[in-house]
Amino acid sequence: MTEMLEISDLTVHFQINQGAIEAVDHINLTIRRGEILGLVGESGSGKSVTSFAILRLIRPPGRVVSGSVHFDGIDLGSLPEEQMRRMRGAKIAMVSQTPRTALNPLLTVGRQISRLLMVHAGLSTREAEKRMLEMLRLVRIPAPEKRANQYPHQLSGGMCQRVMIAMALATSPQLLLADEPTTGLDVSIAAKILDLLRELSAKTGAAIMLVTHDLGVVADICDRVAVMHAGQVVECAPVRELFHNPAHPYTKALVRSIPRVDRDVVLEPIPGSVPSLVNPPSGCRYAGRCEWAMDRCRVSRPPMVEAAPGHVVACYGFEERRGTC
Amino acid sequence: MVFFNYVARRFALALPTLFGVSVICFTLTYLLPGNPAMVKAGPFATPEHLAEMERQMGLDRPFPEQYYRYVSGIFKGDLGESASTGRPVSQDFLQRLPATLELNLASLLIAIVIGLPLGVLSAVHRDTLVDHIGRVVGIMGVAMPSFLTGLLFVYVFFYMLDLAPSPLGRLGSGIEPPAHVTGLYVIDSLITGNWTTLRSSLHQLMLPAGTLGLSAIAPVARMVRSTMLEILESDYIKAAWAAGLPRRTVIYRDALRNALIPVITISGIVFGFLMAGNAVVESVFSWPGIGNYAVTALLTKDSAPIQSFILFVAVTCVMVNLAVDIAYGLIDPRIRFS
Ligand SMILES: Nc1ncnc2c1ncn2[C@@H]1O[C@H](COP(=O)(O)OP(=O)(O)OP(=O)(O)O)[C@@H](O)[C@H]1O
Ligand code: SF4
Ligand SMILES: [Mg+2]
Repeated sequence: MTEMLEISDLTVHFQINQGAIEAVDHINLTIRRGEILGLVGESGSGKSVTSFAILRLIRPPGRVVSGSVHFDGIDLGSLPEEQMRRMRGAKIAMVSQTPRTALNPLLTVGRQISRLLMVHAGLSTREAEKRMLEMLRLVRIPAPEKRANQYPHQLSGGMCQRVMIAMALATSPQLLLADEPTTGLDVSIAAKILDLLRELSAKTGAAIMLVTHDLGVVADICDRVAVMHAGQVVECAPVRELFHNPAHPYTKALVRSIPRVDRDVVLEPIPGSVPSLVNPPSGCRYAGRCEWAMDRCRVSRPPMVEAAPGHVVACYGFEERRGTC
Repeated sequence: MVFFNYVARRFALALPTLFGVSVICFTLTYLLPGNPAMVKAGPFATPEHLAEMERQMGLDRPFPEQYYRYVSGIFKGDLGESASTGRPVSQDFLQRLPATLELNLASLLIAIVIGLPLGVLSAVHRDTLVDHIGRVVGIMGVAMPSFLTGLLFVYVFFYMLDLAPSPLGRLGSGIEPPAHVTGLYVIDSLITGNWTTLRSSLHQLMLPAGTLGLSAIAPVARMVRSTMLEILESDYIKAAWAAGLPRRTVIYRDALRNALIPVITISGIVFGFLMAGNAVVESVFSWPGIGNYAVTALLTKDSAPIQSFILFVAVTCVMVNLAVDIAYGLIDPRIRFS
């Protein structure tokens, strides 16, 4: 098997007073060795929850209701906590959505990187410092010796993001969960960070799950894309295929909404909003916003079907239209 | 240099507060019962005698001038005279201050040593048995008036179990005080290696410090708990879990160290709270401190000691807050470097 990560039937609920928020609902995803998988979807579609669930870090009021996560053939769900901890940060690392606040304000950034090396790679203080400086250089932080001794609040957002990436890659993980690594950064810095990720992945062979709500970013660096809507994966395909033949109406809308220089159109926002995830509709969760919606869409959930080799989609409307042509 | 500026700025900010405190205490002279001239002249003074006394004491001068004399008096250490002891209040104060400091510091220590772990445990094991027990202990500590806890302690530990000495002062009968270094008996007897006195002073301190400390456990524990909870939900703690740092590092190093910043503030507030609250406890245990002194003065309508006690408590609070701000700067790089 070349699958490095295999998520099957994963469901995560958050218990609140009004009921359960079905944040992630029976999703299946795979990531291959060295691959960059894009996970896209609007805010609140469950992307971050999925990343935390992979690391087995869903805490109350959240709960993994069903499903399994296999990493390198190991069932992470059955691993003792101590072994799971050794996976986190070492084999599966995470770059957080919020670089500025995800660094401990009371520790110098250098120390935050080097202590990870001491914990996971068993390096001595001196070796860890040396490797930490190498990492800072690798993510192109100027004057790393000086920066290493500074505190997060003394660094810009882009700089903090680089530190986070250096931190995540320091232990040479096999899988990097990059949760919107470029939000809040200005475009040119964002582009540099993405280049850096692609380059580092090529260099170290690490697979990346790139979480984003920006399909433009995906087109740039991903091999495959999974589209999430309201806690469900609605479509998954190689990146070119997805852009040229989007099958799900939601994906089509997303693709249409990408600003393009060669097309002189105004952005089309996707109509409607994500349905409530507390007691969500039992049929297709996109039905309330879908131009193709039919009666059966509201009754049962559309199954995943293959649209083309390596391209799957969950949509009754698509099946119907395919039948006719 | 940055840090020096920070300290200077904090200091400058404390000045208006101190000014306000002095004005309030000055005004109290006119609000407290008993005309100071009347107290000094005695109950049988003739009206002429009284007027003469008022003139001598400057009470017939305009307010600003009186205020000026009051403040410059304070700077010279003149806090007025106690009508009942006939001695300058400043002398009485200095003599009693170490007893109060010793009691308050011991209480603060107890409150922190118990309250801090209690707060951390309650936060880490939120909504479990530990959390509920912590809450009950905290509420009891706050709800029980100190004089009641004190009397209860005396009844149980002295009268029933005979574990504590009689609640009369800082040393057992027949025990000599240690050589004077700081005035705190526990510390002085430690320094001079006077073990008999050390034992006796700790023994005497046990119940009053326990009583006063108990009332402060809850505020400390609640504050630690809520800050800890907030910090455990923060992005950098989530990132620390995701980075696979061991549990003790995440909780006891990353989270606790960040939580300690607000805890330092609460220690400052609690110290002020203890300063005001110790009057009752000192009375119950005949502790020869300034709180006890103020209570006695209150009962005899002796205004100078009361006024000085209020001034003292207020100034201590301001000073403690200043010290807290400075401690902040030492711990938190965001302040140190900005
Ligand atoms: N701790 C929590 N308690 C309650 N609900 C939660 C919690 N964490 C996440 N959720 C819910 O789970 C859903 C998915 O959230 P998630 O953070 O995964 O979204 P996302 O796709 O990452 O969005 P964004 O693009 O804004 O980061 C949201 O509806 C949110 O309300
Ligand atoms: S299943 Fe029906 S409602 Fe859902 S996206 Fe497809 S056509 Fe629209
Ligand atoms: Mg997110």
